[in-house]
Amino acid sequence: MRNITYFCRLKFSTLSNFNVNDIRKQFPVLDQQVYGKPLVYFDNAATTQKPLCVIERERDYYLHENCNIHRGVHYLSQMATEAYENARKTVAQFINAKQPQEIVFTRGTTESLNLLATSLGQLLVGEGDKVVVSAMEHHSNMVPWQQMLMHRSVISTGAKRSGEISSNLLVIRMDKKGVLDLNHYEELLKQRPKIVSIAHISNTLGTVNPIKEMIAMAHKYDIPVVIDGAQSMAHQVIDVQDLDCDFYVFSGHKMYAPMGIGGLYGKMEWLEKMPPYQFGGEMVDTVSFEKTTFNKVPFKFEAGTPNVGAALGLETAVKFIQSFDRQEVEAYEDELLEYATEQLANIEGTRFIGQAPKRNGLISFVIDGVHPYDLGTIIDKIGVAVRTGHHCAEPVMTFFGIPGTVRASFAMYNTKEEIDIFVKAVEKAANMLR
Amino acid sequence: MTIKEIQDSIVEEFSMFDDWMDRYAMLIEMGKECPIIDPQYRNDNYLINGCQSRVWLHAELKDGKIYFTADSDAVITKGIINLLIKVFSGQTPADILAADMSFLDEIGLKEHLSPTRSNGLLSMLKQMMLYAEIMNNN
Repeated sequence: MRNITYFCRLKFSTLSNFNVNDIRKQFPVLDQQVYGKPLVYFDNAATTQKPLCVIERERDYYLHENCNIHRGVHYLSQMATEAYENARKTVAQFINAKQPQEIVFTRGTTESLNLLATSLGQLLVGEGDKVVVSAMEHHSNMVPWQQMLMHRSVISTGAKRSGEISSNLLVIRMDKKGVLDLNHYEELLKQRPKIVSIAHISNTLGTVNPIKEMIAMAHKYDIPVVIDGAQSMAHQVIDVQDLDCDFYVFSGHKMYAPMGIGGLYGKMEWLEKMPPYQFGGEMVDTVSFEKTTFNKVPFKFEAGTPNVGAALGLETAVKFIQSFDRQEVEAYEDELLEYATEQLANIEGTRFIGQAPKRNGLISFVIDGVHPYDLGTIIDKIGVAVRTGHHCAEPVMTFFGIPGTVRASFAMYNTKEEIDIFVKAVEKAANMLR
Repeated sequence: MTIKEIQDSIVEEFSMFDDWMDRYAMLIEMGKECPIIDPQYRNDNYLINGCQSRVWLHAELKDGKIYFTADSDAVITKGIINLLIKVFSGQTPADILAADMSFLDEIGLKEHLSPTRSNGLLSMLKQMMLYAEIMNNN
């Protein structure tokens, strides 16, 4: 077995050493032209680009280590199993879980949330029971709960059909700045919902929710809390023990890791009680035609062959992030956000959607008299990649009374020069379209 | 003018511009001139699915020819639908169904023809063809 150390080559310890040009060299995809113009990639909230070390790690797995895990007696299988379980350890340490077994590998945030809606739902939610989400959730943290609640009603009453409005999904209100109303949240908690599930950072508004406070509030009523961390893992230091959340879910591909891998952190006492989500190989203990007993946590939630190569890529991505001074990266990304906000504000008719005092990673806006789709189409031609539309959060758009927004989202490899190109492109497009 | 003649004149108009900006500026102009749908048809029954922006399309058969009107909340989308209206409005259902659409490549709009493209040029085209088919059978 080749013993390769995959920690990334970049190691910065002081503020003056943060060199974005060195970081960009780790991301070959950034160094290209689209329509003859240098690519400005501001769609990081959809997916981040991958550094060379992550790409090489996954490639290396297939070159030298590929094997199915947990079941082979032979050398390669044992090595691959060890590598996969080490990746679990690295991820656990990264978010300060008490033990590696509290990390379940999934395909990403969406699968993690579906797992919870199914399994935790089965454990806790009966007919007429309620679940709390917030008004700014991504569809992934809303539809699984909504459908699970509807399914409960359909089964128990036989009368309601799926597609009907569920009154059991309680929604925390927000104000026009994109800040959640905690008084309303308290009111909802008094209705004794069975589960609370909220985003750490909103993918449309950039709002950083006060999750620690919100978790504590729910715990006063003994209600478990799920945190959707899809937008936070790449940007903020996460400590699940300090937050005291019951579950924290995330996607690898939004934190410099490959697609197809993500995770679910759950407190051991919950994971032990929860029923399996999918059935098949690996997740079983003993099987007969009459009866099956299940493997222990986390394996009982990992049916079938997992994406081992991507899990190793995720581990490398974690090490890549850890190779930086996190505060420094956060400060740099905040600086980008602030600069972009200032510059965009100079364009006539710009309206920011989401003006919470605490925002992170992205900026969402509309320009009066200009459809977001038109704007996105024009600036694409200038080489700028942003997301336009409802960002999988249609209720948020309905709330603000707009068809969609333009969303620019940043990563550590973006620069102020790119923001200048972006702002000029927006200005040019707005002038063409108005 | 026949469909082919109209297409040729559009291709000629677009070929005056080398720059994508000018082509888009022209599409935007066309969007602003789009024959706007009667407000009574600007409802969900006339909405075309598959577009990131909303598009409403109405068709009417008069003296054996189809007349289209449309609207969209996005002006580039409206420009594209107007382009199609220019080509098809006032033509017979049979001629519309037989039309060759390769002129879209020639004016540099090929990229908009991809099925994943969110402006839904393909969906608009399909809807127009659907009207033509129904009206051809009547």
